Amino acid sequence: MKAGIVTYGAYVPRYRITPKEIGAVWGVDGEAMGKGLNIRAKSVPGPDEDVITMSVEAARSALKKAPGITPKDVGAIYVGSESHPYAVKPSATIVAEAIEAGPVMTAADYEFACKAGTAAIQTTMGLTLSDMYKYGMAVGADTSQGAPGDALEYSASAGAAAFVIGKDPLIASIDHTISYTTDTPDFWRREGQAYPSHGGRFTGEPAYFKHVLSCANLLFKRAGTSPEDYDYAVFHQPNGKFPVRAGRTLGFKDEQMETGLLVREIGNTYSAAIMVGLCAILDVAKPGNRIFAVGYGSGAGSDGFDITVTDGVDAIDRRSGRTLRRMVEDVKFLDYATYAKFRGKIRMREG
Amino acid sequence: MRGVSVIGIGETQFGELWDKSFRELGIEAGLRAIQEAKIAAENVDAIYVGNMSAGKFIDQEHVAALVADYSGLVDQHLPTVRVEGGGACSAIAIHQAAMSIASGVHDIVVVGGAEKMTDVGDVEANAILSSTTDQEWESVFGATFAGLYAMMARRHMFEHGTTREQLAAVAVKNHKNGSMNPNAQFQKEITIETVLQAPRVAEPLGVFDCAPLSDGAAAVVLCSADKARKFTDTPINLIGTGHATDFLAVHDRRDLTTMDATVIAGKRAFHAAGKTPIDVKVAEVHDNFTISEIMAVEDLRFVPKGKGGYATEDGETALNARISVNTSGGLKARGYPVGATGVAQAVEIVRQLRGEAGKRQVAGAEVGLTHTLGGTGATAVVHLFARGD
Repeated sequence: MKAGIVTYGAYVPRYRITPKEIGAVWGVDGEAMGKGLNIRAKSVPGPDEDVITMSVEAARSALKKAPGITPKDVGAIYVGSESHPYAVKPSATIVAEAIEAGPVMTAADYEFACKAGTAAIQTTMGLTLSDMYKYGMAVGADTSQGAPGDALEYSASAGAAAFVIGKDPLIASIDHTISYTTDTPDFWRREGQAYPSHGGRFTGEPAYFKHVLSCANLLFKRAGTSPEDYDYAVFHQPNGKFPVRAGRTLGFKDEQMETGLLVREIGNTYSAAIMVGLCAILDVAKPGNRIFAVGYGSGAGSDGFDITVTDGVDAIDRRSGRTLRRMVEDVKFLDYATYAKFRGKIRMREG
Repeated sequence: MRGVSVIGIGETQFGELWDKSFRELGIEAGLRAIQEAKIAAENVDAIYVGNMSAGKFIDQEHVAALVADYSGLVDQHLPTVRVEGGGACSAIAIHQAAMSIASGVHDIVVVGGAEKMTDVGDVEANAILSSTTDQEWESVFGATFAGLYAMMARRHMFEHGTTREQLAAVAVKNHKNGSMNPNAQFQKEITIETVLQAPRVAEPLGVFDCAPLSDGAAAVVLCSADKARKFTDTPINLIGTGHATDFLAVHDRRDLTTMDATVIAGKRAFHAAGKTPIDVKVAEVHDNFTISEIMAVEDLRFVPKGKGGYATEDGETALNARISVNTSGGLKARGYPVGATGVAQAVEIVRQLRGEAGKRQVAGAEVGLTHTLGGTGATAVVHLFARGD
């Protein structure tokens, strides 16, 4: 028996800022920057939104689609993020209480740069297959940080996605999963630092591409498949260039990657990035469709998934709540000053 | 004094070589040069290494001993010398090694140059590069390396009518040459528009007016001219060297648009060789910025003062034109691992004079020149090479 996706939900904040608006503050041609990154806008969390509120939105959206899933049957919640609001105190317990899961359950927060959410999917797959619990919830969420003026500021955005993983009833089976992990310090943030550091172009070839391509090729081998076998392909999307280049290198066509490539409109949602891409695909996929998904987390590793959509996808209410496409299109643009206020970059009166 | 010849050359790929360490690069270049010279370990009398700042880039000092050790030459217990002098360090190393041979102390000396710059981030790397300027009177007041060269460019534009398009023409030419060099960091041709539209670094210099941060190494084997034919049929002779210094800080210099150190080093080298600029058909000059090449071709008297930009724009310094400048791609396209520069330039000139430069071969090259700068021009070294036959 296979494990797979039982239901899914995503959340992307409504606020957006354009590279042009950011560039104007730093004396940079933001429009050219955005073009180079293939990013038209990035999502911005509202002043009262954080990883926990967004995770709750995504988790509730997942359960709303599948009313048959009882929250009490969710035996584990893992929240993957690199922007957990607390350094010590789990996000996952708040998400659990908010969806009325628990207390007989396990929970933990995960961190592995942008692939903490997919690591949570793998964990819950293993534990549901071993019958430790019926369903596990894997969440990837981030309100990612980019230092003001840094290249990251043009892409670092916010979003969340939640997958309920189990064995039955599946809307999509995860037929194979494989990971590729090395110690590659391309991007990091030390305890107490407000913003991450990165290795510039080192984040490309020896980091993103090496891991994504290696993992993808291992997945092809394990699944005995090739690019033509898939209807959709989705990759971690730190910008709009890397995933397209990786996909083309592997032999995928742009049409296969189009649906899951949300980064162009919402920026890099880090732990949520490949998961919201996957949600966008599940919003429109038909039974029998095959999906090739390879995430990436700096530091570094890739998780690959070979997924087949089942008949069960028509049994859940995919139209309930807002589809990802609607969340991507329903936007309110901010100027930099409001963005700075929302992101807490303005130092307020003390005492 | 005895003459000095080059009997072996070697270099690594230049670029962002993330999977190669400083020592791996140095050894790769050194062993290639030694193998090419067909000499044995026992033949080597000394090693000179040019390196700008391994202490800051990779936290490693004492690199001269390191190079001898990792070259497998430790059994020889050779004297090894590390030379510092900003971007000119390995050009100075060649000069020092050549003097040790000319004086009769050594017969065969391996000279290497290496830099590993990509183990630190871009911001730190640029700060390290700026350490070759005057820390007390320039850097501390906010002057960056590019900013100081930008001032020279602005003054050159003001005094001589040099245009941004002429600056860009240097980068376009050097990228074209680099496209024919399989070891170059950038092997892609660019257009004037690419250079002009690139983000600005320090007006009027943009990203494409600046040489990149690179990893790489190069080495040459020098031998006393009287013994060179034992090892090679095509020894290339070092026929003249000029090494000169100037004020460390740009604002103390006599003229912003002339590098006096280059002028003097050039005169000394030509005088020692008994040659004139007209004799030189191929030259590798220090184009860490596009303005640097324009000033270099003027200060070396290849073109009249103020005409460097026009000459470049008119193609006079293109491959196989009046004088072929930076056939390797120069610092701009071949790459700029600072400490490797002087030796890498010598490697290219030796290749050209031997007739082994492939698609970028300069026809009938008999005399070649290298020009290497330290800092913003406080040090300049000029070497002249000629065929030994």
